[in-house]
Amino acid sequence: MTRKETQRAPAAHFPTFDLASASLSDAAPSAALTPFQALLKRLSAAYGPSGSEDPVRELVRAELKGLADQIRTDAFGNLIALRKGAGSGRKKIMLAAPLDEIGVMVTFIDARGFARFDLLGAVNPLTLLGARAQFENGAIGIFGRETRGAPRAEIETDALFLDLGAAAADALPVQVGAAACLTGEFRAADNFLYGKALGGRASCAVLLETWRRLKRVAHDVYCVFTVQSAVGARGAGAAAFALQPDVAFVVAPASAQDFPGGNSNLALGQGPAIVIQDQDMVASAAARQILLQTARRAALPYQIQARATHGGDGAPIQAAREGIVTGALGLPVRYLHTPSEMAHASDIENTIELLCGVLSNKTL
Amino acid sequence: MLLEKLSNARGVSGDESAVRALIAAHLQKHVDEYRVDALGNILAVKRASKRGARAPFRILVAAHMDEVGFLITHIDRDGLLRFEKIGGIDDRILPAQTVLIGAQAVPGVIGLKPRHLSTESERKQVVAADALRIDLGASGRADAQRVITPGAYATFATQFSTFGDNCARGKALDDRAGCALLCELVRENFPFDLYAVFTTQEEIGLRGARVAGHAVAPNAALVLEATICDDASIRSRARAAQSFPPRAQAPITQLGAGPALTLADRRLLAHKGLTRAIAETARAEKIPFQYKQPLVGSTDAGILHRVRGGVPSAVLSVPARYIHSPAAVISLDDFQNALKLARAALPKFADALDA
Repeated sequence: MTRKETQRAPAAHFPTFDLASASLSDAAPSAALTPFQALLKRLSAAYGPSGSEDPVRELVRAELKGLADQIRTDAFGNLIALRKGAGSGRKKIMLAAPLDEIGVMVTFIDARGFARFDLLGAVNPLTLLGARAQFENGAIGIFGRETRGAPRAEIETDALFLDLGAAAADALPVQVGAAACLTGEFRAADNFLYGKALGGRASCAVLLETWRRLKRVAHDVYCVFTVQSAVGARGAGAAAFALQPDVAFVVAPASAQDFPGGNSNLALGQGPAIVIQDQDMVASAAARQILLQTARRAALPYQIQARATHGGDGAPIQAAREGIVTGALGLPVRYLHTPSEMAHASDIENTIELLCGVLSNKTL
Repeated sequence: MLLEKLSNARGVSGDESAVRALIAAHLQKHVDEYRVDALGNILAVKRASKRGARAPFRILVAAHMDEVGFLITHIDRDGLLRFEKIGGIDDRILPAQTVLIGAQAVPGVIGLKPRHLSTESERKQVVAADALRIDLGASGRADAQRVITPGAYATFATQFSTFGDNCARGKALDDRAGCALLCELVRENFPFDLYAVFTTQEEIGLRGARVAGHAVAPNAALVLEATICDDASIRSRARAAQSFPPRAQAPITQLGAGPALTLADRRLLAHKGLTRAIAETARAEKIPFQYKQPLVGSTDAGILHRVRGGVPSAVLSVPARYIHSPAAVISLDDFQNALKLARAALPKFADALDA
């Protein structure tokens, strides 16, 4: 349809609102959240840029209550939970999901109280204009941009700053080295869910919900909520070294671009992506087989991600000690690494079902 | 002065034996164990002076022995040497540098066409390293072959000296300053097992530290470094930028403002507890220090914190102007304060991790 054609019948495209109705208020959508959506909302809202994961870790630790036999935090800050399996011949399975999120770190503060920053993780500076940064102490900064002498089309981090509404440097509520996440309120628009850090946090929720659904697991299962994933998968390898699992599966967001002018073959609502390769790892054939067979047997939808454009927690896990059989599931997410990451409820559901199938398989 | 000997010692990444020998001679009087591993790292142990009730606490303190330099790749027919850069060296600083080549320290000069014969545009261009040659003063290939074989390493020829307001200049202060600090630290008695690790091949990808960290399996790590100090160049940049609105700029570190404490760099988000312990110690002991501007540069800690099950790691640096050049400049006050601070803060590490 051309633009001209759409303009001919505007009435059909724009529903009429009763301006007095409560349906326009911010509170309305959240009132209808399911318990699982409410969990996603809590996780998405939690603060946890790479290296500053304490708040989100404490939230996940609380959510693990009643689900795990042992919970600990390692020297790196990874949260490691164990659910013991029953029966002989059980294996040691590690599931990993990233706890941290992208963000920025204050690098210096000028005399007028504007904060300069650098990026934590794969943030596109384009997505920052007009967005807000939130610090651990709750302080909010607005991303601004130098306009004098700056080329219009390009945005470099050096030309951006954070305005915390401070009159001078000594009035600033944050210091050099403080990390901030982006803000972006969680919403559920039918099955489309969006919010900041949603991809990673939904991956964490997949692990929690998988355990919640399984009364009994056939194997010893470690759920590892990894730190510093967004800055180059720094935490996951340490956990894998300590646990020495027989097999590991990583659950992490995968960039879906099923939107106008998009550039990947992953789509929302088509099931979890079984990763063949990412930037730093070829997923172990044995682990891929387990995922594929489980999906087929249970008639679960899945997609194949032949080559992910980012690396992830898989590579350092696979390379730990003498090598660990490692597979990866990608949760399709649009607008990855922006304040509005969008996932689809059915993909989350099918990822959970797929993992439930894997963990219930006694002959793994 | 040990720092002087260390700066003058020649040890390009992969060829650290001369530096290692110098450090080994010093360590012998002070450490309980000493060994050199397969990658050439020195692993020395100074056991805790008093055994407490707790299990032995191991702190790995690292400084890298290697420096940036050159590898001779080929001798041309006319006796000039082709070379490759080892580590990060800016092509702009190469022409007309004097260098020392191989174990015999054969002198050479990196040559360039004279100004008289260069065109206006040539004078404004940077000549790429692969177009430059080292001149031995040899009459031809055969003459050069008598003193040099391809595979020899070359360093800048600068000799260390002190100057100015208690400053020092010399080559390789990144990271011989750290090596000198660590050599001083092993003289002390500590309530923990000090693993003094002098690493190799840091400048070409933190290669030695990986295996050293694995072998030691420490409870915590501190890396002693010499880091970027751009206070002088920022002033000149600001002047040069007067016609264009200069971006708000702050130096990465400042000379003479005390040792620099890392919050985060390109490969490390420093352990918050250890970093806080160092800062609190400095304040309590009234030792000046500064925070290094975050997310710039990287050190051996980028690997050390990831070995085995993870190692809480911190970095303390001596600010050094013009690093990776023939003449880095440090403040000896910063150096002494780094030593004081490391000495006072290390015993606090165990409690900082418990907290």
